[in-house]
Amino acid sequence: MSELSDRIKDVIEHEPVALFMKGTPQFAMCGNSDRALRALRDAGAPVTAVDILPDPAIRQELSSLSGWPTIPQVFVGGELVGGADIVQELAESGELTGILESKLGADYRDEASERVVDVLSPAQR
Amino acid sequence: MAAGHIESLLRQAFPDADELRVEDRTGGGDHFQVTVASSRFAGLPLLEQHRLVNEALAEPLRDGTIHELRIKTREAQG
Repeated sequence: MSELSDRIKDVIEHEPVALFMKGTPQFAMCGNSDRALRALRDAGAPVTAVDILPDPAIRQELSSLSGWPTIPQVFVGGELVGGADIVQELAESGELTGILESKLGADYRDEASERVVDVLSPAQR
Repeated sequence: MAAGHIESLLRQAFPDADELRVEDRTGGGDHFQVTVASSRFAGLPLLEQHRLVNEALAEPLRDGTIHELRIKTREAQG
């Protein structure tokens, strides 16, 4: 496996909530990425964002790891939750909070923060 | 015409669909909203329902015909 693939896997497995998106939380470059981000923010989730735009290889490696073809992709506790439509639907039905609580603990909101991880350079964790 | 092609791929995958709609969201022929109500979704979590739609549209997703896809799925009554 490539180093890039390893870094992507590392983010998925170790970040409480990983959002692979087009752009950054400060400047989303796609409506779907923005919708997923908003749903997570509204649920008070800690968000670790990865911008997939700098290199097409990021998206290729990510999709082969996850088996999910489109961006954004949201992972909670190492597991794929879905893309923008799913995350938004789960947020509207209230299920998203339940998923966050069961995966991250009832006090997950205490750690709410947003950060951006660059998977192209060696791990900064 | 991309929307027609997408619709026929979905028809093949969900021949029983009660509702099947493909909407060109921007008129540009690459941003789509698809709505599918099928008994194939029965008992499946949302993630797996969307996975079935993504699988049906694997080819246009891969070759870039679909630049952006929004999916709405619903369980149809048998």
